[in-house]
Amino acid sequence: MSEKKVSEQITRSNQASISIDWSYADAPESTSHVRFNKHYGLFIDGSFTEYNENQSFESINPANGESLYRCTEANKSDVDTAVKAARKAFKGTWGSTSGTQRSHYLYRIARMLQERAREFAVLESMDGGKPIRESRDIDIPLAAAYFFYYAGWADKLAYAFPGKSPQPLGVCAQIIPWNFPLLMLAWKIAPALACGNTVVLKPAETTSLTALKFCELLQDIGLPDGVVNIVTGAAKTGEYLVQHSDIDKIAFTGSTGVGKVIQQSIAERQLPATFELGGKGAFILFDDAALNEAVEGIVNAIFFNQGHVCCAGSRLLVQEGVAEKVIDLLKKRMQHLIVGDPLDKNTDIGAVNSKEQLETIQRYVELGIQEGATCFECSGSLPTTGYYFPPTILTGVSQSSTVVQEEIFGPVLTIQTFRTTDEAIEKANNTPYGLANGIWTDKGSKIFYVGNKLKSGVVWSNTYNKFDPTSPFGGFKESGKGREGGISGLHAYLKLDHNGGMY
Amino acid sequence: MIDRIPIDAVGIQERVERICTRSIKKESKLQALDLALRMMDLTTLEGSDSEGKVRQLCNKALHPYTELPNIPSVAAVCVYPNRVSLAKSILCNSSISIASVATAFPSGMSSLQIKLDDVNYAVSEGADEIDMVISRGAFLSGEYAKVHDEIAQIKEACGTAHLKVILETGELGSLENVRMASDLAMKAGADFIKTSTGKISPAATMPVVLVMLQAIRDFHETTGKKIGMKPAGGIRSSKQAIQYLVMVKETLGNDWLNPSLFRFGASSLANDVLMQWVKEKTGRYQSLNYFSND
Repeated sequence: MSEKKVSEQITRSNQASISIDWSYADAPESTSHVRFNKHYGLFIDGSFTEYNENQSFESINPANGESLYRCTEANKSDVDTAVKAARKAFKGTWGSTSGTQRSHYLYRIARMLQERAREFAVLESMDGGKPIRESRDIDIPLAAAYFFYYAGWADKLAYAFPGKSPQPLGVCAQIIPWNFPLLMLAWKIAPALACGNTVVLKPAETTSLTALKFCELLQDIGLPDGVVNIVTGAAKTGEYLVQHSDIDKIAFTGSTGVGKVIQQSIAERQLPATFELGGKGAFILFDDAALNEAVEGIVNAIFFNQGHVCCAGSRLLVQEGVAEKVIDLLKKRMQHLIVGDPLDKNTDIGAVNSKEQLETIQRYVELGIQEGATCFECSGSLPTTGYYFPPTILTGVSQSSTVVQEEIFGPVLTIQTFRTTDEAIEKANNTPYGLANGIWTDKGSKIFYVGNKLKSGVVWSNTYNKFDPTSPFGGFKESGKGREGGISGLHAYLKLDHNGGMY
Repeated sequence: MIDRIPIDAVGIQERVERICTRSIKKESKLQALDLALRMMDLTTLEGSDSEGKVRQLCNKALHPYTELPNIPSVAAVCVYPNRVSLAKSILCNSSISIASVATAFPSGMSSLQIKLDDVNYAVSEGADEIDMVISRGAFLSGEYAKVHDEIAQIKEACGTAHLKVILETGELGSLENVRMASDLAMKAGADFIKTSTGKISPAATMPVVLVMLQAIRDFHETTGKKIGMKPAGGIRSSKQAIQYLVMVKETLGNDWLNPSLFRFGASSLANDVLMQWVKEKTGRYQSLNYFSND
């Protein structure tokens, strides 16, 4: 290269030493490796029933509003067939399967989930709208982790409850929500099977796909027929299931409203039941906390999974002295959140699960503004098709505001200030809910002082939305009863009161 | 004089991990590689640095990869003071700056006068940028004013030369100390803050750089001054370099994606960036044998 060329080249690069407007190019996760059917029957007694167009409903991909697949709406007799299949398996094959063998099945499920993790992650994002970053890094690995964990308990139940001779309950009716479809399935099925029960599970009507793919996985690993039955459908199907006379246990995760209806409907039956319901978690931020990290914590607390998280930290309580600084840092951080295609690897916030939920969120934010709140939204553009809502914060709200009292289940954070520790505790507890709260402070003693006074099943300190199979999870007050996860999670699927000897 | 700001190392690590999940492809990758090259301080800081070695490094800076025209040149070469005049004589007609370490590099264990003389010598030889080290011993024993004043006097000795202040974060022991040293250096007049000498392990790490970037952001917020950042040591792959750029973008914004405000102190990074650059341009990977080791 001549000297002249070199100097031209250098001039060029020198001129270019102004800042560049750098944005991330599309990085879509491939969908070429996933296979799913256009329509599905119900999974009863080890095989899929015939699909019937007249008894079906559509599942929409919330990222674009288009139809993804159709599945069968289970009617009363379908549910009855499923319960009978579960009963037969409980009395027959599964009832005579040893803890060691059950543990082998569960390990096999866990490993198979790991092997097919990518496929399940893509399907979860297509069906429910959650960003692939989360389904890939959180939902699917965690679902496998729950199966691994409970696989370990299946042959050690007698040691979990010394002197109690634990016995399975029988047929478990399980109903799960749409926010973490496969993960909630794992939370329900893994402990139930580990304890020797059989299951009829109903996924939420907008997110049946991974549950149905899970049935294929069960066929592949050779789980005995009837041990797990999946009935798809909406509220009516759920009603048939919980009102069925031959079930031995109900496990429900969903809204507090539906939870109350179920509790009323089973009030006259001696039916063990666990409920994991809504929440309105407080994120208590003290002025001595590491603020940058706390802001990152807020992002994880409320913008994780589009805010469709029952334990979301949806109320920020921030000490007055640092409120302005924190809000400023949060607004800056929010400018770097990417809302868009759930299948893009750089998407932070995907699509809202359904049109209905999007309208609910919009209604709440409008109501908040009417009640005097100031609204700040992420400035980035939203996709034009599909159901999207930008990360939003509402300031100027008070304890009496509707948006502070009620669960929005979307990427909407309310911000209130407090002056003293006791005021923060009072505000945090002043809600009918009690699922989760977070404490942010650099001072260890304050974590214990505040943590002991918070009325919630979970208290996170200097972190938020962390889940682990070994840790019990569940609510106080109207956020539910019973615990899932850990040894406590076994308790919910066992009879401990008579002496038998199957273990 | 300087507040101690609480920092949660676990939270910082989590943020770093999230940053590392960003997937940079296609044109945004090419932009990043181009930027990384333009931000590079090609460095040789060995006791064995001969005239020949420095000459070769300067030639590499001028002609990173002759096969492709329009490949950008690096920002600077970084050498010891007694090699500055040689580097200057080779690079004087280019846009490439000469950076020199000074102030009893790398330990900083000498008198202030000797450090000032060291700086004066490097500047008089033609250095455009001075990379000084702070007195970590003084910092760790709480003599913050001493560290501050030293930086301030060296800044004065630099004259028009830009001052990069090396904190040697691998010796500071905590992220809180990193933050405090960053604040101290910026207050004392640093144009850039830099992680490491490259002589201590660990050198630049992403958590440390994140904390320093946050300090820069807050300093800009309160004073309006834009301070530069230079991670040095341990950055060997394009992938790492791109992750750093993502961190800069998401902490300070696009304004800092500029060689006048961000540099990589590295020696082996250049060839990996070149290799990726050529791959993005031609669609094919070349063997590393095609890139000169200088």
